[in-house]
Amino acid sequence: MRDQDFDLLTQLLKSTSGLSLGPDKRYLLETRLTPLALKNGFDGFDALADEIRFKRPQALIDDVVEAMTTNESFFFRDSTPFDILKNQVLPKMLASRGGKKKLKIWCGAASTGQEPYSIAMMMAEDPARWAGWDVQILATDISKDALKKGEEGSYSQFEVQRGLPVELMLKYFRQEGERWIISDDIKRRVTFKPYNLLDTSVAIGKFDIVFLRNVLIYFDTPTKSAVFEKVRNVMEKDGALFLGAAETVLGVTEEFRSIKGLRGLYMPTEYAQEASLSFAAAG
Amino acid sequence: MPTCLVVDDSKIIRKVAKRILAELDFEAQEAGDGSQALASVEQHKPDVVLLDWNMPVMDGLEFLEALRRHDGGQPTVIFCTCNNKAEHIRKALEAGADDYIMKPFDREILLSKFEQAGLC
Repeated sequence: MRDQDFDLLTQLLKSTSGLSLGPDKRYLLETRLTPLALKNGFDGFDALADEIRFKRPQALIDDVVEAMTTNESFFFRDSTPFDILKNQVLPKMLASRGGKKKLKIWCGAASTGQEPYSIAMMMAEDPARWAGWDVQILATDISKDALKKGEEGSYSQFEVQRGLPVELMLKYFRQEGERWIISDDIKRRVTFKPYNLLDTSVAIGKFDIVFLRNVLIYFDTPTKSAVFEKVRNVMEKDGALFLGAAETVLGVTEEFRSIKGLRGLYMPTEYAQEASLSFAAAG
Repeated sequence: MPTCLVVDDSKIIRKVAKRILAELDFEAQEAGDGSQALASVEQHKPDVVLLDWNMPVMDGLEFLEALRRHDGGQPTVIFCTCNNKAEHIRKALEAGADDYIMKPFDREILLSKFEQAGLC
């Protein structure tokens, strides 16, 4: 790969999506963009870079961002956050929001929908507890293709085997040929919407629980810090934030603190100490 | 190190499964039919069994029935199939399987199933 192409594409990705790629990620650019180049009728990676350099075609730029920001996802990815959600966070929310019976959840890097659907299935498994509640799950991602797939709720055999307990697969999916389609009951619990985490101009509401897992790892520190600030602004003061296993707030933001003993769970700083104590008392 | 018993009448499938199991740090035992598998369960007390359905001598269903009647410790049983029809999977679960996996084996899926079963 030519150095000027690497610079061009990394700058483009940084400015449009916040994705920060170091020199060690040259292979990632090449392996993800070469198929895109060939699909669009270019000879290869270099020709695609030239097209972007000289003509700046928006559709192609969108495709490049799409190809570089689409992450793999699977149902109940890393079981720990889902266990913490089920056993610690949701019981607290049931108690604290029992008056209004309203709960808003945001999956900020929802990709192809497995994470919001996992949450929806988890809650559907406990219908008595959530009877009469208005639970809204908003699933956003920068990738429109990924969201479209999520909205369709159609998954391959590979996707439904990975992480999804077989009982839930049989209960909440119907088989159509080689595809497994999520049930309408689960589908209607989730709203999909394209959204760029760096865009501060669009209001998305206020949330009790935010899942933002495995996306910050691709951002540099100032970008991470800006995203945290934004997330804090759309969260209730006693809200819960879930980050990926490789992500932390340490050295990045003062907005959130980790909750001791509950890996991956963070809460707004002003509430975190109280929350740590109440989780410790409950658990 | 957890132990996995691979029950399949195909030598090649057993070999592929054993290679993946070694990568996942599982000790592997093998059996060519249900009857051999029962003897192996008795001897090696595996944590998990990867079980083929159609086998000579004693098939997967007969093995599962005999295993679940057995008084000793019960391994997790993951039924392995080429038939992904929901009814087929449901039948295996009703017969006592804990989970299912499609053939050919995929390392990621096996790992995910073992994690769900609390084996790693």
